[in-house]
Amino acid sequence: MSGGQALDLFFSIGFPIVLLVFAYLIGSLIERRHFANIRKRESALRGFPLTTFERLPERWRVSNAGLVSGSIVVSLDYFKRVIAGLRAIVGGRVKTYEPLLERARREALLRMAENARRAGYDAVVNVRLETSRLANAAGNGNGTAGVEMLAFGTAVKLDRR
Amino acid sequence: MSLGASDILISNTELVPGREIVEFYGVVTGNTVRAKHIGRDIMAGLKNVVGGELVGYTELLQDSRQEATERMIEQARSMGANAVVNVRFATSSISQGAAELFAYGTAVRVR
Repeated sequence: MSGGQALDLFFSIGFPIVLLVFAYLIGSLIERRHFANIRKRESALRGFPLTTFERLPERWRVSNAGLVSGSIVVSLDYFKRVIAGLRAIVGGRVKTYEPLLERARREALLRMAENARRAGYDAVVNVRLETSRLANAAGNGNGTAGVEMLAFGTAVKLDRR
Repeated sequence: MSLGASDILISNTELVPGREIVEFYGVVTGNTVRAKHIGRDIMAGLKNVVGGELVGYTELLQDSRQEATERMIEQARSMGANAVVNVRFATSSISQGAAELFAYGTAVRVR
């Protein structure tokens, strides 16, 4: 095999594999650190109630209310896309995407709660979560640039709880 | 981010907690259509290799949603309302690279 052929082979097979391994290592490192960060901030927010109820507990006396939101756009990394692509052949659970969506959703909720607390509110009621896909501008527009998670709700300030 | 203005109460509940609705003005809406710029797409393309948050897009959508909400508030204000209740958000992809962000709710007067 000549040097030129070896180089061709590297670019056609070797390069994607190197990229895949690189994406996997960096991607899982980011994921672990993000989860650790989420757990830390979630425990800091203990005692700050978030509910999906529209009605407030009877004994709460509300002095102020306002809409708050938190959002994040996350990308589907190379490794996850490849694994999900393989998974789509046989079907079943796509485990690589589950933690990605989970951490994005928890991050959006955290940002909403932190925004509410920073603005001086005591709780958030009627919390809603929405997910939307961002199409890629490049190419045919079928690709996914990212997924947005949005959390929003009505923050309330309480005189008495 | 706290969405809204100081003089108009915004809530996604049917009633503003702690207030009473005295008058209905009808549905108010606000929208904005945004396209990502190429620089953000290039950065996002790099980020797509390793995964994680696309900060540029997060900010872009937050700004857009804020603007849609402000337009909705402006409409409510012109009607003489002092609150918008039951606010909902919607996002739709119009064409490649462009998305519409849309906010709507019911303009009311609360006491």
